[in-house]
Amino acid sequence: MSALPTRGNRRREPLVPGDRAAISSFDRRRPTVRTAMALINVVLFVVLVLACFGPLFLLMKFSVTPTQDILRTPMALFPNGVRWENLASAWNEVQINRYFLNTVVIAAGSWFFQMLVCTTGGYVLSVLRPKYASILNALVISTLFVPAVVLLVPLYLTVLNPPLIGHSLLNTYWAVWLPSAASAFNVVIITRFFDSLPREIFEAARVDGAGPFRLFWSVVLPMSKPILGVASVFAIIASWKDFLWPLLVLKQPAIQPLSVRLPAIQAQTDLGVFLAALAISTLVPVLLFLVFQRSFLRGAGMSGAVKG
Amino acid sequence: MDSAQHSARRRGPLTWVRGGGLTTVVFALPMIIIFGLFSVWPILRSVVMAFQETNLTGTAKWAGLDNFAWVLSDPDLPIAITNTAYFAVLALVFGFPIPLIGAVLMSEVKRLKGFYTTLAYLPAVIPPVVAVLLWRFFYDGAPTGVFNQLLGWIGLGPFPWLNDRLWAMPSLVLEATWAGAGGTVIIYLAALVGVPGELYEAAELDGAGIWRKIWHVTLPQLRGVLFITLILQLIATAQVFLEPYLFTGGGPNKATLTILLMIYNYAFGASLGSDYGAATALSMMLAAFLAVFSLIYFRLTRSWSQS
Repeated sequence: MSALPTRGNRRREPLVPGDRAAISSFDRRRPTVRTAMALINVVLFVVLVLACFGPLFLLMKFSVTPTQDILRTPMALFPNGVRWENLASAWNEVQINRYFLNTVVIAAGSWFFQMLVCTTGGYVLSVLRPKYASILNALVISTLFVPAVVLLVPLYLTVLNPPLIGHSLLNTYWAVWLPSAASAFNVVIITRFFDSLPREIFEAARVDGAGPFRLFWSVVLPMSKPILGVASVFAIIASWKDFLWPLLVLKQPAIQPLSVRLPAIQAQTDLGVFLAALAISTLVPVLLFLVFQRSFLRGAGMSGAVKG
Repeated sequence: MDSAQHSARRRGPLTWVRGGGLTTVVFALPMIIIFGLFSVWPILRSVVMAFQETNLTGTAKWAGLDNFAWVLSDPDLPIAITNTAYFAVLALVFGFPIPLIGAVLMSEVKRLKGFYTTLAYLPAVIPPVVAVLLWRFFYDGAPTGVFNQLLGWIGLGPFPWLNDRLWAMPSLVLEATWAGAGGTVIIYLAALVGVPGELYEAAELDGAGIWRKIWHVTLPQLRGVLFITLILQLIATAQVFLEPYLFTGGGPNKATLTILLMIYNYAFGASLGSDYGAATALSMMLAAFLAVFSLIYFRLTRSWSQS
């Protein structure tokens, strides 16, 4: 709802991009167009609510419905009462609390390493610009064009027997954190943002005696809060969603995240409790989205622009 | 790195350090190490591995083109290719027009646009594993399954959904479209904001109605974005894994066996043991196909865009 906060005051100036679409204000006064627009509004509303919110609503409903009711009459609205215990037993007995914590730890570490790599990397490529920056840049960009499937097996073997480190990272969170940090997408959007910062401010800071670390920490990073927000949201959500990679490198159930545990526990879990577990797993990303909508939608639009 | 060290030697290492060369390297180090270890090195390694026989127990042996020959002679490969292509085509038929129509309509609506945008993106933030597990429950083939009961109200079904060879793949694609459409809608909406209002006004001066404005202004202005989302979608669907793995495991009767599922089974499937050589060989072939396909695609679309 707050996705386009500036739209209200933009409406007065006629030729700002995005101010108008195909239908002009003149068109809007015609009765047929009015009826059609009202109809479109109704259709969009109904279809979007049913298709996009409907499954989520059903998930919330099932998470507090007794299993027998879910199986016999899934569409009836609580014929035999609400069963809040589903949520409690999912959280405690099925140990969703532990897997939830694992997921948080994995997301936090992935976030930290992604931010570390893309901010320092972007700083080198955009601000410090050593002679070898073009080589680094070319290497990072080229990894954007390699489809994920190529990395799967060799990355697994690298984690199994990493060069320089000497011992296997398998069954440690490093195996998820470190590869996730090699995100060319992050480096590209951060570098582009740093490029857009005014150079004069860097010069002024240098004149005032700020070294490269000071410039990075006290000038560049604080000026980049909006893009860091977008990249952070992306990092956390991507980590929360990831399935195949943690499935491969985290073999011990005790350290696995929700995405890996949920399919595994399905067979031996009561259906109502299982759906409660699904609902709990959905809660964090959905809440994050509702709170940080603008960062999400900016990031989603940006992913189209960068990949293109 | 080389050029830096070279120039450093020329100017003397002390001037290089004083000029901030060392600090720059410190800043570059995380990126160099992480991308080197977990991106560049594995990519290079995969090129070598495709020509090796390796299963981690023994030392890797040079195998020439054996891996490729072995993969190409696998009777499952034509099935997987057909299924993946079928998935891609269905995903295009479902997934291409729906976000486009949705985005164009949403951009015309003034008041509730923000609300619609939020709703449309909502499925995209639900973790994919949760979405698939939830839909698998919805797809229950019994008459009391959620979808069957819903459709039963309007006199349809019950449908077998995932349990039937013919129904399985469209069921997978339906869920994938639901999960993916929101992201595409946002990209289109961002592009629609960029369509200059002058173009519409010029069209109006020429007497164009709403349909002709959409057809002759909106869609041509979106052409670049449409071409790119199309190829990105094709590249993504060619690597579809999660849906077939979690919904059906490739069944029933290999009806949803995709290329990535084959790669996964070669490398990590317990019953077959680990055949990393075959897995990388198939990955390389898929990547090479996608690269060639994208090149041809961009060649073609460039000439269309110019004409």
